Amino acid sequence: MAQAGTSNRPLSPHLQIWKWGPAMAVSILHRATGTVNATAGLGVLLWWLGALVSGPDAYATFVGHATSWYGLIVLFGITACVFIHAASGVRHFVLDIGAGFELGANKVWSLLSPLIGIALAAAFWAVILMRGA
Amino acid sequence: MGNGTSIGRVRGLGSAKSGTHHWLLQRWTAIGNLVAIVYLAVSLLLLPNLGYPTVSEWIAKPVPALAIALLIVSTFWHARLGLQVFIEDYVEGANRLAAIIALNLVTFVGAAFGLFCIVRLALGGA
Repeated sequence: MAQAGTSNRPLSPHLQIWKWGPAMAVSILHRATGTVNATAGLGVLLWWLGALVSGPDAYATFVGHATSWYGLIVLFGITACVFIHAASGVRHFVLDIGAGFELGANKVWSLLSPLIGIALAAAFWAVILMRGA
Repeated sequence: MGNGTSIGRVRGLGSAKSGTHHWLLQRWTAIGNLVAIVYLAVSLLLLPNLGYPTVSEWIAKPVPALAIALLIVSTFWHARLGLQVFIEDYVEGANRLAAIIALNLVTFVGAAFGLFCIVRLALGGA
């Protein structure tokens, strides 16, 4: 875009002139949560597997961090990102087959998909914490 | 070619022929991720606790070991595709090339480490 031939051609209106709507928010949220999953999520997954391989002591160290206040915040954040990205991903599958583009339906599912993700993450942790690790 | 507009330069070259490949792979791996992450989440919820003996015994069984190995392959593949788009959108020039090379190295090393851990857990030796 920046190298688009003659430099004095008008550019299309970009992000700053549009009013934020649910579809825009869920779109960038999908990218943000995906980036968290790909970095922090996979990192913690590898740490967990590596700790299991290393034995009980390393696993205890992992659990010590994971069950601390900061560990629980990070793990809940990652879990929320995973479920939000999954719910939003299912929304993308529906959009991919050409459905769900009606204004009303699109708005509803844009709002619902992150809420469904957060609800699933909360339910997951409720079971884990009530059971006691 | 000249130095006209972008559309003028592209016109006549036809399609890139491989434009949908990346997009489709992102979807195929997304389906794999969905199945695998649901399996992992439900498995963790069904375990009586998440202590070392319980988890190491569970993950050493054939089906969980295979499922987590497939989870590693699918998620790292999907993450590599997604972060590639992220880099292409936000990083320019030589930094982009460096970032893509680093991305390939990190995702392959990460996935290999994960698979190695699963093999070690499933086949013993630890």
